[in-house]
Amino acid sequence: MSVSETAVAVPIPDSADPRLVGSSVEPRAERLYRRMRFIRRFEESLLDMFDQGLLNGTTHACIGQEADAVAVIDHLGDDDHIFSNHRCHGHFLARTGDALGLMAEIMGKPEGVCGGIGGSQHLCAPGFMSNGVQGGIVPNAAGIALAKQLDGGPGLSVVFIGDGTLGEGATYEALNLASLWRLPLVVVLEDNGWAQSTPSSANLAGSIRDRFTAFGLAVFEIDSTDVEEIAILAGQALDQARAHQEPVVIIIHTYRLCHHSKNDDDRPAAEVAARWELDPLKVHGGRIEPGERARIDAEVESALQDVIDRALSL
Amino acid sequence: MIAARALGDALRAALDEDERVILLGEDLVDPYGGAFKVTRGLSTDFPGRVRSTPISEGAIAGLSAGLALAGYRPIAEIMFGDFLTLCFDQIVNHIAKYEAMYNGKVTCPVIIRTPSGGGRGYGPTHSQSLEKHFLGIPHLRVVASSLVHDPAAVLRALLAQDSPALLIEHKLLYPLHMMLPADGRIEDDIAEQHLSADGMPTVSIRSVPREDCSFTVLAYGYQAELARRVLSRLAVEEEIFGELVVVSQISPLDWAPIDASVSVTRRLLVIEEGVGGFTWGSEVASRISSRFFSELRQPVVTAASDPTVIPTSKTLEARMLMTSERVERAIRQVAA
Repeated sequence: MSVSETAVAVPIPDSADPRLVGSSVEPRAERLYRRMRFIRRFEESLLDMFDQGLLNGTTHACIGQEADAVAVIDHLGDDDHIFSNHRCHGHFLARTGDALGLMAEIMGKPEGVCGGIGGSQHLCAPGFMSNGVQGGIVPNAAGIALAKQLDGGPGLSVVFIGDGTLGEGATYEALNLASLWRLPLVVVLEDNGWAQSTPSSANLAGSIRDRFTAFGLAVFEIDSTDVEEIAILAGQALDQARAHQEPVVIIIHTYRLCHHSKNDDDRPAAEVAARWELDPLKVHGGRIEPGERARIDAEVESALQDVIDRALSL
Repeated sequence: MIAARALGDALRAALDEDERVILLGEDLVDPYGGAFKVTRGLSTDFPGRVRSTPISEGAIAGLSAGLALAGYRPIAEIMFGDFLTLCFDQIVNHIAKYEAMYNGKVTCPVIIRTPSGGGRGYGPTHSQSLEKHFLGIPHLRVVASSLVHDPAAVLRALLAQDSPALLIEHKLLYPLHMMLPADGRIEDDIAEQHLSADGMPTVSIRSVPREDCSFTVLAYGYQAELARRVLSRLAVEEEIFGELVVVSQISPLDWAPIDASVSVTRRLLVIEEGVGGFTWGSEVASRISSRFFSELRQPVVTAASDPTVIPTSKTLEARMLMTSERVERAIRQVAA
């Protein structure tokens, strides 16, 4: 493990609420749980607010995939940049802790991180950007990686994509260049098995892994919803990328426990139910002493309620 | 100095003056130096900052966007303007969007240069002037090089801005000699340069005082040069006097020098090489018609190439593209 047991590796702004992101003295296992719980409850609250008619437009929740964001971003620092996609709340919150900025953004308020212009899919904060078109962010992230290479600095450019994005040609143009020019690009592929309503079996030919190894890229692959396991693998991948300033790929086979956006889930109920057994909060939450866990849950709950109240009052 | 060399020198100056300038494109590196040799010598003198890429126009635009977001000033070359279609998603949904959709938190000042236009017999997919598809994209400038604008000044003005730009370079201009205004003249004509607030030039050319011109011709790029030659000849041979207004930035337009001419001549012809229908000229005609409705002596005339593919055959190509003959016909129509 490349991070200490208690240090907060992610440079979270001081303004972030420790009830949501943890503090520098909190044991690492609890911090990881707290951050997943934070993302989960933030998005569940969003979905509730949509149902209540309090929010306009649409959103894409990452319920079930929180471990990916928390595990990978736990290894990133100030010099690193993240590019994310339409399903970006988890990545944004794990990176910035700025729940109020995101809530206000999704509410369309001027106090939102992008003044309400970007909304759920188009976020920008120091070291973080997201865009809602599939594929195009990969060359953008590769360009940021090229900038880091030209700067001669230590930073990495990290891009989160989904399995559905493997259908986009822009992805492969960028992978080729990243490998050719040895760009410090980290591609994190969250394979949740479904591209909106279409299963991988109807979307993807051949092997996902081979699509990356064909470009000579180092691949770190895991089938897990365990934040600890994913963090170990991500740590190895990022260490390699940093040590050699070269591109790596992290493939995480996971599952989206919620619908694609809102009320649009036609997947087999039994399949979804079985995957709830592997809910990352359950997997890792089992390691936290029940009293501690209840305390963390309560802190997250009260902090989120404060965020919602403040955002509504803006 | 020929235009290709002037453009290359402008790029060289940009590389010299700002370390953040990076050139990306297919086959840019020496000894090849780019398909039209505009960048010849630059990769040798600026190693690492002038890069040949794979045949990946989307990634050329996409990497440029990332570089720009990270503070660099990328200048990408798309080998043929026809291939801009492969960058469309990056231009529309990424490059031109980032600054506005992130509420001004970042800028994405990508410059994309591309050789465009026909007349070389390259056929349907290597001859087009596709710029009309990029006009009116919010937050994107579309600029056309010409013989009467100093490319170094234009590039410097673009690099002084934080907005992205598409720079159209007509291939037939490359071997022609620059004709920059000097002491208020181009050859024997009066040449008046107007700079927009952000430094983009418009040059108005006439052989007699504006009050003695009976029409205005608005054009850019190679068509402007065709129009200049025709007007020059008609003035001498037939005493037909019109004023040619050559803009560098074609979208959004700086209307001041156009209005200044049309308000006096009260007749306007707009020429472009792109195919007709839903064109630059239509937009100009719409705006000028409403601005000068009661003053115009006749409806605005627009001239463009035929709305079909560009044939490879020299004879067939000359029949459908805007040529000197068609420019002259259009001028006679507005001068009548």
